[in-house]
Amino acid sequence: MTSSPLTRLAAGLCLFAAIGLSGCAGPKPLYEWSGYQPQVYAHLKGQGKGPEEQILAMEEGVQKAAAKGAKLPPGYHAHLGLLYLNVGRTDQAVAAWNQEKAQFPESTKYIDFLLNNMNKNGG
Amino acid sequence: MKTHALWTRLALVGLVSLMAGCAAPRKMDYSAFRQAKPAAILVLPPLNESPDVNASFSMLAQATYPLAEAGYYVMPVSLVAETFRQNGLSNPPDIHAVAPAKLKEIFGADSALYIKVTRYGTTYTVLSSAAVVSAEAQLVDLSTGTQLWSGKASASSDESNNNQGGGIAGLLVAAIVKQVLNNMTDASHTVAGVTSARLLSAGTPNGILYGPRSPKYGQDTLN
Repeated sequence: MTSSPLTRLAAGLCLFAAIGLSGCAGPKPLYEWSGYQPQVYAHLKGQGKGPEEQILAMEEGVQKAAAKGAKLPPGYHAHLGLLYLNVGRTDQAVAAWNQEKAQFPESTKYIDFLLNNMNKNGG
Repeated sequence: MKTHALWTRLALVGLVSLMAGCAAPRKMDYSAFRQAKPAAILVLPPLNESPDVNASFSMLAQATYPLAEAGYYVMPVSLVAETFRQNGLSNPPDIHAVAPAKLKEIFGADSALYIKVTRYGTTYTVLSSAAVVSAEAQLVDLSTGTQLWSGKASASSDESNNNQGGGIAGLLVAAIVKQVLNNMTDASHTVAGVTSARLLSAGTPNGILYGPRSPKYGQDTLN
């Protein structure tokens, strides 16, 4: 016996509803992670792609999060700032760190410490 | 006079044993945690008791996710490690020995997380091989040096793999293949992510409490 279009439609709707419901049931993350932790790991290990490629990947993450209107996690802008600093793009490093500070005022004391050190070192 | 003192002492002993009785099922005491209300966590580069030199960085890189999703600001781990390095502190034991007040002065965080990796890597046994990562952690209030919370967790790549057919020989081959695969794909690092999530997520039994950036802040149900 072949199923009528109506039963198939009903089955389809049920499946759709089930997917929709399971989507709702899962806890929604606070942040758009955009590969932050793998980037940090690659950097800490000093292996994998070069700093310029890491920067590009992270800049892409910033754009994607902005397009979605999602928030990047704690440390994302700060890590990007460190990558900028390591290749001598000082102005961009300062801008990224200030973004970290604006998004997370909890980082103010540390970011100010970093900016002061930078000025002392003639950065 | 003397009997009076004896009674006091007996009463004290009774009280202490009563309290010990309550603590027997090992319930976490959250009173210091609730009082301190930490908002920003400084994750120090973890101590490593395993033979794998990657263990410390691997665990450090996996620590931000559960803590940030629990509602805390997590100090940028790579930048923090760099600051320590520039100040002549590259080894986790040296970093863990820095006074809490000094950490607070530089990083401005109200709490620090001291992690120790106790197991990290692939172990090959006769019938199976698995990447196993175990770790312990302590959350410490940087103003007072008081411990706010502590926990332990472990994870293994073998948890989801049931033994498939093929007899003993099949198992041995599968174990060797898996070990090669495990090493190739940095399986331990993936497993470390599971360990980290088990160890540092809020809303779990005896886990850390939700932080100020979580919508569940202050609504922890303590079992």
